[in-house]
Amino acid sequence: MVEEIGKTVEGDLVINVGPQHPATHGVLHLVITLNGETIKKVEPHLGYIHRSIEKMCESLSYRQFIYTTSRMDYLSAHINNHACALCVEKGLQIEVPERAQVIRVLMDELTRIASHELWWGAMAMDLGAFTPFFHAFRERETINDIMEETCGARLTMNYMVPGGVMADLHPNFQSRVKNFLQLYKRKIHEYDELVTGNIIFQNRMKGVGYLSPEDVISYGVTGPAGRGSGVSCDVRKLYPYEIYSKLQFDEVLETAGDSFARYMVRLREMQQSIRIVEQLIDNIPDGEYQAKTKAVLKLPKGEFYQRVETARGELGVYIVSEGGTTPYRIKFRSPGFSNLSALDHMTRGEKLGDLVASMGTLDLVIPDIDR
Amino acid sequence: MFSLESITTLVQDWLNKTFPPNLALFFEFVIIGVLAIALFAGLGLVLVIMERKVAAWIQIRLGPNRVGPKGMFQSLADTVKLIMKEGLTPDGADKFLFNLAPYIVMMVAMLVLAPIGFAKGFHIWDINIGVLYVSAISSVSVIGILMAGWASNNKYSLLGAMRSGAQMVSYELSVGLSVLSIIVLTGSLGLNDIVLSQQDGWWIFKGHIPAIISFVIFIIAVTAETNRAPFDLAEAESELTAGFHTEYSGMKFALFFLAEYINIFIVCAIGATLFLGGWMPFHIGHWEAFNHVMDYIPSFLWFFGKTFFLIFLIMWFRWTFPRLRVDQLLNLEWKYLLPISMFNLILMTLVSIKGWHF
Repeated sequence: MVEEIGKTVEGDLVINVGPQHPATHGVLHLVITLNGETIKKVEPHLGYIHRSIEKMCESLSYRQFIYTTSRMDYLSAHINNHACALCVEKGLQIEVPERAQVIRVLMDELTRIASHELWWGAMAMDLGAFTPFFHAFRERETINDIMEETCGARLTMNYMVPGGVMADLHPNFQSRVKNFLQLYKRKIHEYDELVTGNIIFQNRMKGVGYLSPEDVISYGVTGPAGRGSGVSCDVRKLYPYEIYSKLQFDEVLETAGDSFARYMVRLREMQQSIRIVEQLIDNIPDGEYQAKTKAVLKLPKGEFYQRVETARGELGVYIVSEGGTTPYRIKFRSPGFSNLSALDHMTRGEKLGDLVASMGTLDLVIPDIDR
Repeated sequence: MFSLESITTLVQDWLNKTFPPNLALFFEFVIIGVLAIALFAGLGLVLVIMERKVAAWIQIRLGPNRVGPKGMFQSLADTVKLIMKEGLTPDGADKFLFNLAPYIVMMVAMLVLAPIGFAKGFHIWDINIGVLYVSAISSVSVIGILMAGWASNNKYSLLGAMRSGAQMVSYELSVGLSVLSIIVLTGSLGLNDIVLSQQDGWWIFKGHIPAIISFVIFIIAVTAETNRAPFDLAEAESELTAGFHTEYSGMKFALFFLAEYINIFIVCAIGATLFLGGWMPFHIGHWEAFNHVMDYIPSFLWFFGKTFFLIFLIMWFRWTFPRLRVDQLLNLEWKYLLPISMFNLILMTLVSIKGWHF
């Protein structure tokens, strides 16, 4: 049995999960070789939502290309924009005002909470529980409303620009965020009661989809998926950007390496994000929300790289500049792509139901993988 | 006191007076057939809207609220839509079996309705082996599901049908054993006799702890039997898209859907009959005045009240729990429920022999 795993033999059941399938949350296509219910091989096929964002960026100016990146990992649009803005600022050596930095970090952390909320609901739905989805959306909607007020959009905000943020905060921002914090604290126990403490849920999650720390490093798995195996990979701690080095928060680590560990990392990460928001919400400094920049940005000739921590892991932005108004080449290192590559290794020899659970804990956003 | 028995007697007397005996019997069959189909359709509509409303209530949303007052005609509109839709048969499917399967599942659900007593003296067929009949007929429905999965020529359907087969065959044992423990107490397999034996109180109260254990096991096992979440592996939406009925559309799909809800009604009706006294009002032994007051509530209200309470319980499970994995599902049955219910049956036999029950 064990030696059969990984080889396709005559009579194996090959099923196509996706590109249209409820479990893949998008147009991911998995070709799964099964022996009864046991998985022998998982082959992800990509490209169904490839929009050649990297190529498009080459013909857009340094101000414009940021907006296409909102469409990559649409659940953490702010953080994608943030990475690009940071990379351009690095090239131009723009000093970002402190107010803008604080606003950016606040928005990043709110985005992270919103993203994890949606993941939590979708994760439970993968396991067959429909109700948590609605409970998660109750809190997520509040964040979306805050975003709508300040940024003018609910999903693809396009709020970060080189030099700061596009507009100042809405006057209601602080009170609405505080309301959200109160709501969240009142409701967070429901998450544990409804899902985490459930015996069926724990049985489904514990011991499945195991990733050892070595696997995490060799597959390049980052974000909560990597930290679930005890590998410290939080960019906010290891390579601090903006004001993260001045903030009090913990890098959440679990050592079990299974689906439940990854689940717990995300839940606890939401608490840490709440902590960061609480530290900053009353201490937004006055001043400019945007640095004075030239109308046309020209990056000096050279190569620039900036990494940030999105809700899914490490996002890297690599810009090659020839000194013109548009980048010569742009490459994004997206967390979803590397995390997906570990899926086959994680699920071999496990049941079909475990595949869905493991895929859920990787929190894949397909446009982020394909770009 | 209002009783449905008087109506049935009236109808029978009138038929026998007006027509020769053979024709009267024929008309009785026709009336029962029409009533059964009407009940079937009516229950389907009511249960679907109930499920959607219960789900909405649990999930902090409104649910259907556009068609009719508070969306009460939504399932009627859905039925019209399903009837109008084309019943597609895939090219690679085994056409005969593919089209036969929904009717088998449907027929089984209708046949099982026969021995259930809906009210005092109001049942289609008071057979003296009622419980045996129910468990024998209801196990045929797994054949319909396997047939649907196999004939669809779809891998998802096949996986769903395999799961369903393993699941329903296993959980049948627990259902059987927990039902047996009540039969040990009553000494009769007839559903009417079982109801009458609860004159002084329902078995769940009279039967001590073993009755409560077997009630809990019964509820778990029938949830699995009817392929409901958290045991809905046969259709596991996030894994197998729709499981064994992936390829079905239109009214053929609706028959599976309807059969699922009728099966829920049936198992809950059986549960209510065995453990909660069926149409028997809430009686406490020797409290004559209290019992008399309780008798004023019509017996069919008691029956439907209890049944719908159990149905609500099963719907509550569905919207709360995540789904089990296939091996955990079988472990639960063979390693926990089956040994417990076997031991429980022995305990119940002891209780029954020693006369420790009330």
